[in-house]
Amino acid sequence: MNGSGNIMKAGMKVTVLYFASVKEQLGKAREELELPAGVATVEAVRAHLRERGGVWAETLGESRRISAAVNEDMVAPGARISAGDEIAFFPPVTGG
Amino acid sequence: MKVSVQQDDFDLSTEVRAFRKNPKIGAIATFVGTVREVPMILEHYPGMTRKALEKIVREAQARWQVLDCTVIHRYGPLQPCDQIVLVAVASPHRGDAFAACEFIMDYLKTQAPFWKKEQTAEGERWVEARASDDAAAARWRS
Repeated sequence: MNGSGNIMKAGMKVTVLYFASVKEQLGKAREELELPAGVATVEAVRAHLRERGGVWAETLGESRRISAAVNEDMVAPGARISAGDEIAFFPPVTGG
Repeated sequence: MKVSVQQDDFDLSTEVRAFRKNPKIGAIATFVGTVREVPMILEHYPGMTRKALEKIVREAQARWQVLDCTVIHRYGPLQPCDQIVLVAVASPHRGDAFAACEFIMDYLKTQAPFWKKEQTAEGERWVEARASDDAAAARWRS
């Protein structure tokens, strides 16, 4: 996918996208993020973002149902991420 | 096979007519979802939506005899009675066509990244995901 074998490397850069109600509550659609060492799963990224406090802690709170995708594939919270990945957080989907 | 994510409306007859070139096809099942009562804006995740729909179609092909299939999902502003989604499945016999069509809709409801925001008189409101949709998708896993 992205040629990076070392997912524990410090300063891993990823793109994070937000959609629908999550995007509105956070007031942000997209950001480039440099993750601290050890943040290597989708749920760890979510916890890392919660540390910003305020709407971040609220919107991405553990009790909230939030789905995630990595590189445009729906994934479980434990999914591992690599440098250059596109991670998306959004509410449960309501199409159809 | 055709998957399209578009703002424009679609025509059921045109889509079904495109199937009727293959004499192995003996059954075509279709589903059309429409907007109920409240105007809405459909947001999606460009890039992922098409990929998610193609994955769902591939899963249906792995389970049933699907000779042709069209999935069209609209996004953007929609009015009551507007068409939202079309799923059309062509198979040799009706059992496979009915089952694959229902499967694709059930999976689309829980896997494809679309979100409905209703425009009510009291203001805007994001539609909540329904547990019954999760249950409908889960029954195909047993």
